[in-house]
Amino acid sequence: MTAAVSSRRPSIPNPMSGMERKRRDTVIVIGLILLAVLYPLAFRFLQQNLGFVPWPDTAVLIQCCVFGILALGLNIVMGFAGLLDLGYVAFYAIGAYTTAFLASPHFGIHISWWIVVWIAVGAAAVFGILLGAPTLKLRGDYLAIVTLGFGEIVPIIFRNLGDFTLALPAILGGLVLIGPNANLTGGNIGINPIDPPTLPIPGPWGPQIVFSNQQPTFSLYLVVALLCLTFFICMRLRDSKLGRAWMAIREDETAAAAMGINTVTSKLLAFSLGASFSGFAGAFTGAYQTAIFAESFRFQTSILIVVMIILGGIGSLRGVVIGAFAVQYVNLTFLAWAAQFVNPPLNTLGRAIQDLPVFGTLIGGLLADFNLVNYNFLIFGLILAVMMVKRPEGLFPVETARAEMHGVGISAELTGGSADELALAEEEVIEAIDEHAVPAAFAADTPPDVIEERDLPEDTR
Amino acid sequence: MEVLLTALTIGLANGLIIALIAIGYTLVYGILELINFAHGDVFMLGTAFTFFALNFITDSLGLDPRSGTALLATFLALPFIMLGCAAINATIERLAYRPLRNAPRLAPLISAIGMSFVLLNIGLILLGPSQRAVAPVMPKEPVISFPSGEEWIGTEHLIVAGVTIPLLLLLRWFVANTRQGKSMRATAQDREAAGLMGIDVNRTISLTFLIAGALAGAAGLIVALYYGQTNFNFGFQFGLLSFTAAVLGGIGNLTGATLGAIVIGLVMAMSDRFLEARWTSVIVFSILILVLVFRPTGLLAEKQSERA
Repeated sequence: MTAAVSSRRPSIPNPMSGMERKRRDTVIVIGLILLAVLYPLAFRFLQQNLGFVPWPDTAVLIQCCVFGILALGLNIVMGFAGLLDLGYVAFYAIGAYTTAFLASPHFGIHISWWIVVWIAVGAAAVFGILLGAPTLKLRGDYLAIVTLGFGEIVPIIFRNLGDFTLALPAILGGLVLIGPNANLTGGNIGINPIDPPTLPIPGPWGPQIVFSNQQPTFSLYLVVALLCLTFFICMRLRDSKLGRAWMAIREDETAAAAMGINTVTSKLLAFSLGASFSGFAGAFTGAYQTAIFAESFRFQTSILIVVMIILGGIGSLRGVVIGAFAVQYVNLTFLAWAAQFVNPPLNTLGRAIQDLPVFGTLIGGLLADFNLVNYNFLIFGLILAVMMVKRPEGLFPVETARAEMHGVGISAELTGGSADELALAEEEVIEAIDEHAVPAAFAADTPPDVIEERDLPEDTR
Repeated sequence: MEVLLTALTIGLANGLIIALIAIGYTLVYGILELINFAHGDVFMLGTAFTFFALNFITDSLGLDPRSGTALLATFLALPFIMLGCAAINATIERLAYRPLRNAPRLAPLISAIGMSFVLLNIGLILLGPSQRAVAPVMPKEPVISFPSGEEWIGTEHLIVAGVTIPLLLLLRWFVANTRQGKSMRATAQDREAAGLMGIDVNRTISLTFLIAGALAGAAGLIVALYYGQTNFNFGFQFGLLSFTAAVLGGIGNLTGATLGAIVIGLVMAMSDRFLEARWTSVIVFSILILVLVFRPTGLLAEKQSERA
């Protein structure tokens, strides 16, 4: 993790950096596998002998891994292609509901999870394309809002379709087409139970392995395998032609298009690939929990994934996985643990000053009922804002993001950037050009034709 | 027919309230090109302040919530609630947006989402996880009734109109006719040029956030009174509705925001009445998506063509 040194100056990328990056990524994958194999064995020992540290239990680790997959998927959209998606959880819901429809007594369809998971991935990808195709031409913040709207609509539709009637208006005869009171999605109650994935391997655990919350250790193995697969695919995507096209689009869409990159197709692929990983995670969650509820796919979850990416380092694979683990660990284990030390003194203080006039009642009342666990959104919100202001590239950044986030772009000359920064920016352009056999010198020497506002020195604004 | 007219009244009342919030989005977007994600939550804190002010009025002062004095006292609290929300909004700008003014576009948006979460959490702590009923100070007497005896327009609708319309007109006058309003328009048009002409850009932006926050505070009071309840996630719900209204009217455009808000208010009322209330938000968000996809400049496109 040597790249996380606090130097704000981007270093000149050395020829080894690509290999070093791969090495670090491999370390993460091996670390994850070791964690999955050893942790359930070590957990009891750790808890008994080092009980002063809040060790997460297996269920929490599974949640960490699920959100690791989600964060890696959203990272394709946000980190690689630079598109802000605030409704990412919608695809998670679509994946989970697809699993629930095809492998549960709800419709009486029982297809094996090992097949259903790919259908769920496909369904999420299709919805990704359906949402992306008309909206991806929108500019960044508008796209964010459209995805937010979509992310809100999907869970509401899933909830409402639990009890609905589709009929012609009374004027046209009022013919009931579907229903009355058709139940497609289980409404508020959700769908329960869902068939968990199974493997017909007998052993001390029974006639077959069941990957559900009844056997969390096996579920952990499965989800770590899924996470490693996701990680590997993301690694290969990042270093592929498509990955470089995404990054070129992220840096400068106009320039990327001028270099011959089909920006629409590339962005659409980012969107649907990102969505498909969300569907992947959804298929696991639905089957693992053996139940799903529309209420669990809300806006807050989408933002939680954004927090993971921003915290870990946007575009950085190891960063977002670490971010996902850190955020879920804090959310599910650490806050509850820390609360037992923080709450009592504050509650006592609150009760002591409660009788003081005016502010005593207000602040005292708040402190008397203080519970750290209730402040999780405040903490994550602060993380978002503070990271954006102080360290937008995240805790484990990729080298280029660090340069970019500190206002160094193609027009480094204008910001007073050093030659290193300019070289860095140029190299990215050249990288994109190589792919399409355009003379490198042509693009690299082209002066920036548009001076954007953000490129001007601060004192002129 | 009566049903339609009643829905019209409810829709207009909804629309006027949404307009107050939508104008906050549109003002800030016009000047910074930033979707102030936390704006809805500032409004939610406005409803929370109203809730506490009413508790104070009815419990500590011992006024009967249904008496005229309680209503008067509530409206005496209005300036303070507006001031509180204005201060919160301007503080957020100072802390979370100003340092990011030269950053890539999405950085302040993410920071705004962060602040929204912070305020949401504060609302959750102040109000608790469930809905809170606000003291019923809003008089609900029929003013105009249909021949059949059904109410058409009630006192609550008149009060909503009586608070929102003057505020909207005041804002229009302020932006169009005062020196500060002129500097706001200049900053919105071209921040650098405005700075070069001697306008204190930072001050103007702070002022914009103050005004937007004050309007959100007023909307908070009205919503708490009119709907008789408050909830920590009101900010998200109303925020998205208002943002839809601002986009529908053409974001950055004051008249557009008001018009869009009234359209959204009417659509909501019709959907509530003729479809089902649980589908209303689906319809509104579909409008948001469709408008952004097919006409991102909104109904009243004005000097916005290059921005979309």
